[in-house]
Order: sequence, then structure tokens, then C-alpha cells
Amino acid sequence: MSAGAARTPPALRLYPYARSADQDADTPARHPVIVIGGGPVGLATALDLGRKGVPVLLLDENEGVGEGSRAICMAKRSLEIADRLGCAAPMIARGIVWNLGKVFHEDRKVYEFNLLPEDGHAFPAFINLQQPYLETYLVEAIRRAQAEGAPIEIRGGNRLTALAPDDTGATLTVATPDGDHTLRADWLIACDGASSPTRTMLGLDFEGRVFRDSFLIADVTMKADFPTERWFWFEPAHRAGASTLLHRQPDGVWRVDFQIGWDVDRDHELKPENVRRRLTAMLGPEIDYDIVWTSIYTFQCRRMRRFRHGRTIFAGDSAHQVSPFGARGANSGLQDADNLAWKLAMVLRGEAPEALLDSYDHERRQAADENIAASTRSTDFITPKSKVSHTFRNAVLALAGRHAFARPLVNSGRLSTPCTHDGSPLNTPDALPGGPARTRPGSPCPDATLEDGFLLPRLGDRFTLLALNIDPDSDLPCVALFAPPGSDLAARYLGAARQALYLVRPDQHVAARWPSHDPDAVAAALKRATGTPC
Amino acid sequence: MLILTPNLPDPDGFYEALIAAHDGLTEDESAALNARLILILANHIGDPDTLAEALKTAADPG
Repeated sequence: MSAGAARTPPALRLYPYARSADQDADTPARHPVIVIGGGPVGLATALDLGRKGVPVLLLDENEGVGEGSRAICMAKRSLEIADRLGCAAPMIARGIVWNLGKVFHEDRKVYEFNLLPEDGHAFPAFINLQQPYLETYLVEAIRRAQAEGAPIEIRGGNRLTALAPDDTGATLTVATPDGDHTLRADWLIACDGASSPTRTMLGLDFEGRVFRDSFLIADVTMKADFPTERWFWFEPAHRAGASTLLHRQPDGVWRVDFQIGWDVDRDHELKPENVRRRLTAMLGPEIDYDIVWTSIYTFQCRRMRRFRHGRTIFAGDSAHQVSPFGARGANSGLQDADNLAWKLAMVLRGEAPEALLDSYDHERRQAADENIAASTRSTDFITPKSKVSHTFRNAVLALAGRHAFARPLVNSGRLSTPCTHDGSPLNTPDALPGGPARTRPGSPCPDATLEDGFLLPRLGDRFTLLALNIDPDSDLPCVALFAPPGSDLAARYLGAARQALYLVRPDQHVAARWPSHDPDAVAAALKRATGTPC
Repeated sequence: MLILTPNLPDPDGFYEALIAAHDGLTEDESAALNARLILILANHIGDPDTLAEALKTAADPG
């Protein structure tokens, strides 16, 4: 999504510009990994690499977290990743959990739904949390990691202005308030957003579908009791937008999204009196509110043809852009970071060949395609592009009020769920007869309740064996658990099997699974999962 | 499996009821009724292969 240029408010200057020794070096300082961009994806990538002991330098043209709420829905998978990185607790403490949603058409409530999330997970299906909080908590986690010796450096006020890639890395020209200097990176990770300057400098493609519509966001605080629910209007009678979404955020702030059409005069629409006209039409004249932040965005659904270009790797919005419906931007970007960090760390430590990074490209393009397909479907339902599409959309809404069958067809955004990497070159074919489909090789491990907590924290962030009802003798880290019949651990990992051994990747995806421990099979699966020729 | 052999017990009666359902409707209202009808029937059929075959068969104008 592309919004107005963000300026860093002084209160959020978490990493103000400071002159570095690199700027006075006679020859360009060399860094194993340079990350471009201090958004959630760049920060998470730097944090993950640093925690694994990989020296990483993050350059951000800003000096801290950006302005405005922006990405506000953090899905469970993002919370699990954040937990692995040590920053989920403040997100949960501040985030808003909601379960009840209401769908309206014109002035009529079509139906309401309760998400009724599945039990046996440490984290809710998702929380609402303003992006600046996420960024702040990531920076705080980086500060804690630095204090414990993680080799991470953040440089604010450092803007990439030129880039010359080659076979062994790239030469970067970086502008600062004190002028330009040159750096060498062995690996460059571009996390610099949908309008990625890195991508532009390399002249790389970014093709897809433009949606001819714009959306006005208004964050407001209301002086009235509003329930913690998600309300979505199709063609609201108040006519303040062709569709309108109301969502709650922390701090008593509400997010309102108005679909306002393609040919709009941004400056005119963003005038406070015009924003207020829409808000008052929607909320009613009796509701008193204050506007906290406004923005107009348009979007495209598109991705780069490849995310890895030699030693430059793209992650997050720089590599793929989706519509905001379904909260798949920041959430999929964090999964990119999750997927990339362990692979790059293993390559840098000499534990895996460079080819392992091609699996990042393979797996995350697959995820991007899945996200683009889901968000395109939502967008086509919310903003029908033809008369017949509009007729069918309204037929669904008309039926959904009285008939349950039509409700699954109502698409006001599908919640971001992590991609199962079927067909990944890192997977070993499923060898567990009767094993549940949701934990087949390629799947992100679902959480489960244990006697003394939850499963995912036990799996850690190294290749780990998960042994259920067996006790293998292996050199690999091993989590051996008893999965009683009827437990969610058994339901999610055993299915019809009596016992199982899983090989779990550092990003907590399943690499392989078997009904028993065969050391040779485990060794072969580990080789395959690290891109090592067998 | 999509049935493309006669399957309606009373073809004339069904056809009459189908046309009668549109009596007095504007073109937009008729289009909306057709859309609702298709969605109801599609849900009743349910089977993705049958629906895909029906879509393919209908797409051929003959």
C-alpha cells in the first residue's frame, strides 16, 4: 500500500543519526550483511540474524518508527515469530483481541460472526496493534539483543543512493547529513517497501494488477462506548464510502477505511472538514470524536519475478505487494524474514551452500502468489469491477442474511494464514502414515498445549527433532514428548499414527516426518532441508 | 458428474415456473434473481468438478 511520505516525529526517533567510523574510512568498510529499511521486515531480519550471531548493519533513511497506524492486524503466525524473536509479550499486552464481526449491506445488518478461534494456541488468531508499536518493540528487542552481544547495528539517517552489485556482494553509496560514503556488503537484504529504491536502482521488474480505487483511512478516538467488534459495510446507506470498515486499535483509537473511488483529489479529500463529513455521516451526528491520523492509499497486487538476485535479496513489500484486505502485507513480510534469516545465517557460517537461498525465493514466491490470489479475490468482492460481478456480489449479500450457505461467500478480507510450502525442494516426502494433513512436510508447525506451557517455544530456532511417544537417540536437539490420546498435540501431530518423529526447521516449518527413528533418513532429510546435495 | 441427459420430470412445468418468476421484474431485478438462483443451485450441487463442468458447458454459446 502506498501512503503519503512518512516523517519521523521527534518523539519516535529511536535511532537518531550518529556519525560512524565507516564514514571516515580510507577504504569502504565491509559488512557481511546490510539490511536496507527499518520497517517491521527489516528490523525482524536484522534481529533474527543478529540473534544467530551474524553481524548485520541496518540502514534506514528515517531515524525511527514511521508515523500513522498503517499495518494494524498482526496474525497469529506473526506473534509466534515475534515470540521466537523475544518481542511478543508487549504486543500481546497492548494489542486488541476481537472475535465478533458484523457485516452490513446498505443500512441492513446481513449477519454477524464469531471467529471462535481454535483452542490450544499460545496466541490469538490475531491482534490489532498499530505498526509503530510493532516497530518500537522490535527496536527494543534489538537493543536487548545488542546488550547480550548480538552483533546488530542500526544507523538512522542513512539513505542508500546508489548500488553496484557484483558476484561477491554489492558496493553501496550511502547519503547522510554529513555527506556520502561508500560501503561494501557481502549480502544485501532490501526491505525498503513497496516503492523500493533498491529495486528501482537495479532496474528490476515489479508487475501485477492495478486496482483503480482509493481508500481514505481515518484513525479517530471516540468519546462513546463502542463495542470491540469489526464492522464492515457494503454500499453503506450513509454514502460516506462505497465500502467502509471500522476496526478497533489500542489506546481507544478506531480505524475507519472509506472506499472513495479512483479519481479523487487527495488534498481535497484529506482536508479535515471533508474527512469529518464522511465520519459524521457514518457514525451519526450524536457521536463525538477526534481525528488522530488520516491518509489516502491506493494499491496494486504484484510481485517481482524473482526475490533473489545474486547477493541482493528482497523481502516484504519490496518483493511483493497485496491489497490490504486480509492483512497480508506486514504479516507475509515477517514470514519472509522468518524464512530468510536462518538460511542466510547457515550460508554465512558455511553450514549450507548458497543454493539454500534459492529455496527462500521458491518458498516465498509461492507464499506471495497465495497472498496475492487471496487478496485479489477479496478486492474483487469488495469492489466489483463489472455490472455482473456487482450483481453476484449483492446476490450473495442478499442471501447471506437468511441462508447460512451464502455466508462463506461473503469476502471482506480473509485472515492471513501462513503458507504451507508444498513442493518445496527442502521437503522430504511425507513418510508418516495417518499423519494429519495440517502438519505435512512444508507446513508451519501449529502450536499445541503441553502440560507446562505451549509447544512452539520448545521447538526453538535450530533444526530440532520433535519426537512424540518415542525417544530417539540423536545428536540433533530433540524435544521428546508424550502425546496422550485426545490431546491437541496428538490431534495435530499424530492423527491416526501412534507415534511420530518430526524434523522441524529453524523457522518452525516441518521438513520431514516418520513413524520411527531412522538415523540415516534423518541425516538425509537434514541435508535436503539445508540445500546440501545428498 | 454433470447430468446432460433429460433429468427434469416436468420440463414444461419447470420452464413455465422459471419464466413466471421473472414476471414484472426490471432487467436489473431479473439479473439479481438469476444470480441468487445460480448461487442457491451451485450450493446445492456442491461438487467442484460438477460445477466446473457446468461452467464450461454454459460458457459455450452453442
